[in-house]
Amino acid sequence: MSKFLKAAICLALTAGPAWADKYGLGRPALPEEIAAWDKDIRPDGTGLPAGSGDVWTGEEVFADKCAVCHGDFAEGVGNWPKLAGGEGTLADKDPLKTVGSYWPYLSTTWDYVNRSMPFGDAQSLSPDEVYAIVAYILYSNDLVDDDFVLSDETFSDVEMPNADGFIIDDRIATEHSKWVGEPCMEGCKDDVQVTMRAMVLDVTPEEEGDAPEAAAEPAEAVEEVVEVSLDPALVAAGEKVFKKCKSCHQVGEGAKNRAGPILNGIVGQAAGAVEGFKYSKALRAKADEGLIWDEENLRAFLAKPKTFIKGTKMSFAGLRKDEDLEAIAAYLSSFGE
Amino acid sequence: MSKTFMGKTTSRRAFLRGAAAAGAGAITAGTAKAGTPDPLITEVQPWAAGLGDGVDATPYGLPIEFEDDVIRRNVEWLTADTISSINFTPIHALDGTITPQGCAFERHHSGAIELRKEDYRLMINGLVETPLIFTYADLERFPRENHVYFCECAANTGMEWAGAQLNGAQFTHGMIHNMEYTGVPLRTLLEEAGYDPAGKWVYVEGADASSNGRSIPMEKALDDVLVAFKANGEALRKEHGYPVRLVVPGWEGNMWVKWIRRIEVMDGPVESREETSKYTDTLADGISRKWTWVMDAKSVVTSPSPQSPITHGKGPLVITGLAWSGRGAITRVDVSKDGGKSWETARLAKPGEKMALTRFYLDTTWDGEEMLLQSRAMDETGYVQPTKAQLREVRGENSIYHNNCIQTWWVRPTGEAENVEVS
Repeated sequence: MSKFLKAAICLALTAGPAWADKYGLGRPALPEEIAAWDKDIRPDGTGLPAGSGDVWTGEEVFADKCAVCHGDFAEGVGNWPKLAGGEGTLADKDPLKTVGSYWPYLSTTWDYVNRSMPFGDAQSLSPDEVYAIVAYILYSNDLVDDDFVLSDETFSDVEMPNADGFIIDDRIATEHSKWVGEPCMEGCKDDVQVTMRAMVLDVTPEEEGDAPEAAAEPAEAVEEVVEVSLDPALVAAGEKVFKKCKSCHQVGEGAKNRAGPILNGIVGQAAGAVEGFKYSKALRAKADEGLIWDEENLRAFLAKPKTFIKGTKMSFAGLRKDEDLEAIAAYLSSFGE
Repeated sequence: MSKTFMGKTTSRRAFLRGAAAAGAGAITAGTAKAGTPDPLITEVQPWAAGLGDGVDATPYGLPIEFEDDVIRRNVEWLTADTISSINFTPIHALDGTITPQGCAFERHHSGAIELRKEDYRLMINGLVETPLIFTYADLERFPRENHVYFCECAANTGMEWAGAQLNGAQFTHGMIHNMEYTGVPLRTLLEEAGYDPAGKWVYVEGADASSNGRSIPMEKALDDVLVAFKANGEALRKEHGYPVRLVVPGWEGNMWVKWIRRIEVMDGPVESREETSKYTDTLADGISRKWTWVMDAKSVVTSPSPQSPITHGKGPLVITGLAWSGRGAITRVDVSKDGGKSWETARLAKPGEKMALTRFYLDTTWDGEEMLLQSRAMDETGYVQPTKAQLREVRGENSIYHNNCIQTWWVRPTGEAENVEVS
């Protein structure tokens, strides 16, 4: 935040440079304007607003606003940034650089989430939401316990593992001193061999129009005639409830496994049956016991996922309202396999 | 509109197409050996008889359709989404040094926003006598300067650390452009606000959602940084920060904040996302360099190259390319045809200018044999562009940024070229 006041005092005491040749252009910035734009957070936490957020609130906010790109566990979806994991990989062939493994200052996470996230809806989070999200990211990186509350007070308690992992640019000493002077012009090497070819790796973008045929259209989805007639209003209500699930689950034509499995035909299906999806050990155990996702089991699971299957990797707090449970079951029933 | 370029599996076919066209057309006709009269000369052509477009056909002109393959290109697998991504300048097809704005690479973190001049505000706050707000019109009333500078993304050539990967100068070296900027020295604006000498840094941020905040040492801010609003004589393009961007000569492109809206004088760096989690260079031991702002001397042969093969057979050949250094002017460029065994000094089109692209030519005769083409730049500090092996020895392969190694193109007797690494 602004150090203007401090600066003014400082100037009064030390008599700074004389600004004789000013153009008199522009106008003084108002305190409200500075407050609106000056949001940067310094490594020591300067600039943090008062507020707090705990890990569990953070998990909910994260699932709602961040998981669609960053994954339920901050593990990243597709090419989107992974925010957790990678500890001890920085010297590996392919280091995984995350908030936990790489970022030296916690202020950076707070500042960036606050200023630029969620992607496409920046500056929409309240300070408490930002504290909660950052708390959850720390928890996802095993840097705090699940009862941790991040606030402007506890901010400086957090130690970032890679805080000492940076040095200031030393190229002048380590590179420039070696690579100066008159270079060799003749007989610089005895032998030259091609050791690697880009065309072998073959990752350069194709000329348009020559791209391989797009993957064959998926076989026409066979819409099974659902025997039980569904209440259209209930299905519509379920579609709204499903928004809570969408960051991880897809349903309908062209659905793919995301952080969670495809849900086509889930109602009445055996648990753990979606091909190509990696289920938790806990869910696989239930599947082996013969769990069927009939409406009753599905509703019980969705009401309290972590109670129904202890150890499920579905990080969802659960649907509290009976009407939501009924609606989501109706909505999912409307999709055949 | 369909766009074509030579690369990957299609290069052979495209190459043959190009060679066939050359054989049937102007190239043969232009040689003394032509046996039959050239119909392009002996027959009256439509363009010599009829009429062309009137003056207002294109109020703002685009390149002629025959050049519609000279465009920016993206490598889709690099990023999750084009909104936060990068594309590449078609340097293989350009000459001279000035990059036309329309094909100059783009790098956005939250997409290219539309910000009207009327809605533009620039704030200077922090350790200053009077925090100030400038409008666009205010900026135009300060004395302004013109300078040509290159802007290179720190990640240019970053995909080549672990091996020869992308087959084309556009993709290996196209995160660069070079424009003539018009703008107000940042120093002028800092003096207008009355900066406190205790302020050793300025933090600069953009108006877009990413903000792309960066900390710049005051010494640089007072030296040659420009608050620019024109490029190559006209308004900046939306994708380059219209209406106002920062120009930080010789330093990595990420610091050239677009849509710049705030400059804060501070006593320390912010350590923002763009200067900690990104734009830091991880060495082999896992320790990372930060504040690696300067772009070291670098060069590349732009033609012949994979997207610009030799289609004329042996005989006179122009080998050309670009060289630049963030530490000053380019003083010399050497070219090797044998993978670095021997070198010839190339001709600089003009004496090198500080922190601007320099065009070099080697006017030579091709014997039709294969070549391992390389270029090696030297700058006014005496620094010699290193080989990839030299760089890897110091940096390892995980540095991502600041890869300024010598590039090799393997030119075959057919004239085709490929991105390779050599021993």
